[in-house]
Amino acid sequence: MSGDLGLWGVPLAILGGAIRVSTPFLFVSLGECLTERSGRINLGLEGTLVFGAMSGYAVAYLTGDAWMGVAAAAASGAVFGLVHGLICSLPRVNDIAIGIALMLLGMGLAFFFGKPFIQPVAPDLPSIDLGWWSDIPQVQAALRVNVLFIVGGVLAMLMWWMFRATRVGLIIRVVGDSTDAARAMGIRADLVRILSTAAGGALAGTGGAYLSLFYPGSWNEGVSSGQGLMAVALVIFARWNPLACFWAALLFGGAGALGPALQSVGVSEGYYLFYAAPYVLTLGLLIATSSPTRALTGAPGELSITK
Amino acid sequence: MVDQAAGGGSALGVPQGLPALLLRRSEAFVIPLAALMVGFLVFSLFLLALGKSPVQFYQIVYQAGFGTAFSWQNTLSRVSPLLFAALCVALPARLGLVIIGGEGAIVLAGVATGAVGLAVMGFPAPVALALMALGACLTGAVWIGAVGALRHYRGVNETIASLLMAYIAIALLNHLVEGPLRDPASLNKPSTAPLPEALRVGDMPGFDVHWGLGVGVLACVLAWVLIDRTTWGFAARIAGGNVRAAQVQGLPVGLLIVGFSALGGVCAGLAGFFEVAAVHGAANASLAAGYGFTGILVAFLARHNPLAILPVAVLFAGIEASSGLLQRRMDLPDATTLVLQGFVFVAILISETFYGRFRLFQPELWGKP
Repeated sequence: MSGDLGLWGVPLAILGGAIRVSTPFLFVSLGECLTERSGRINLGLEGTLVFGAMSGYAVAYLTGDAWMGVAAAAASGAVFGLVHGLICSLPRVNDIAIGIALMLLGMGLAFFFGKPFIQPVAPDLPSIDLGWWSDIPQVQAALRVNVLFIVGGVLAMLMWWMFRATRVGLIIRVVGDSTDAARAMGIRADLVRILSTAAGGALAGTGGAYLSLFYPGSWNEGVSSGQGLMAVALVIFARWNPLACFWAALLFGGAGALGPALQSVGVSEGYYLFYAAPYVLTLGLLIATSSPTRALTGAPGELSITK
Repeated sequence: MVDQAAGGGSALGVPQGLPALLLRRSEAFVIPLAALMVGFLVFSLFLLALGKSPVQFYQIVYQAGFGTAFSWQNTLSRVSPLLFAALCVALPARLGLVIIGGEGAIVLAGVATGAVGLAVMGFPAPVALALMALGACLTGAVWIGAVGALRHYRGVNETIASLLMAYIAIALLNHLVEGPLRDPASLNKPSTAPLPEALRVGDMPGFDVHWGLGVGVLACVLAWVLIDRTTWGFAARIAGGNVRAAQVQGLPVGLLIVGFSALGGVCAGLAGFFEVAAVHGAANASLAAGYGFTGILVAFLARHNPLAILPVAVLFAGIEASSGLLQRRMDLPDATTLVLQGFVFVAILISETFYGRFRLFQPELWGKP
């Protein structure tokens, strides 16, 4: 019973992998969703993710507490977001270009300070067994869910509710749709954008801590391979809706888990091609959902990528 | 932000003619240079905060990058991929496209060079080399041209698409050199079969630097001529400034966007060609060395001016050439140059906000309130 599941192992491994792999996508895309709803795009979240992974791992190792690591990652992410938000508030500064620069700076700083932490072992984040009802080890493995995944799911719902029903959500949406309307309402648009970008950066940093403290669970220079960037594309696909971000993150996680899942049942031919599956999926969805003539439905009006 | 010189302007007299022109033109030169200095300064503070000496840092960079004939040769041998990678950013930038995935085109063009090299081994060397270069250029042109086409015909954001395609290209490289194109003799580092000596690009006469440098300089000059001295370049600048206006004028905007992107791709392709045919001798994972990303910074610092790319590329090649000595002498990690590049990049983008804000560069306004 418990040994060989044959080909059923593949979808099961993909499901488990999707839950494991999707968490960084989820956090980065929620952060980017918040930032973009306020009318700015932060392409630098890939750098924030990598720096969050490094700082989270380093602090968890030094303090012996994984949650201190998560806090440090979130704080460093907020700093990166704050820097992005402040610089973009200067006139005639391009938010996309600043994002590229901060992506390179974030990765550079992470590699610079992360060198001494490649060897040591930091404590892991705890996970919850949702597969206790089954005695099949593969099912148990697939449903061993990390606390951060659940936190991310709850956050997605909270953010959806915030945009829909709260004053703060309305303010962010107004700023994102029209600077002029926000100004007429007496809202300081730049301040809202700076705070939204900082909060978005904090979420991306948290996603980075998940990478280094749970899955894959160690810090090295290849810990992130474009997840931060894919999450930005994912937000477009999810039409700036936090709940849709959750499902899209699971889908992307599944694509990312395809290669390892096939490898686990002995399919090793073309491993690197399966490894490219998430990028191909992202690009395909980006092509399918873009249009040269009409504006994207649900897009914030002030967003530079859709203008 | 009004410059101090403005107050004394009327007393100095308002310059006319050539001096006024030089003053206006100098803005595009002074502001990036000042931003570069600010970037270096912030990096110095970063080093000081870590207890390292910035003076020693810049001394080593000078010594290892520009101090001796040997260090100049080391620097110049790293310039060529930066020139090509920067052109891959600067050419599409004339049309308002921010394409940052040049790394992908470099990597795949390198694989194409290695693969074509195997197929044409029996040919006379000049023909074979030309075919290899052609394969590399076509690969780059298709890869980056596709980004431009997706942008124009499908409205796909070119920045995200090109970077995603860079990740796909690196996965393709790994697949090809570990699978179909793998030379069984390459054990530790999977590679394509090594190119025979006849199919290697040598050094330029009188230099210890391969031909990539000469071709790269030529490419920068040609790109400048194309942009500044031809109707095609003029049309591209119009379309980059205002797409609607260009369309009203009947300019072929789609063709311009795809064409300039593809030309950028050709440049990236040449980088891949020289990396394989002149440096590594075979295509392998060393192709993804990050030249494409440093090239982005070079292009932005040069404000997408092909001639300005030349000195900027030499500067950053020199900094990279000093990386080894910096690690040994100052015990700094190899990511140090990345941090420096990051600070300079942020400074140069912030400096965009200062154009047109200094009266020093607008002599016609001197003495006016």
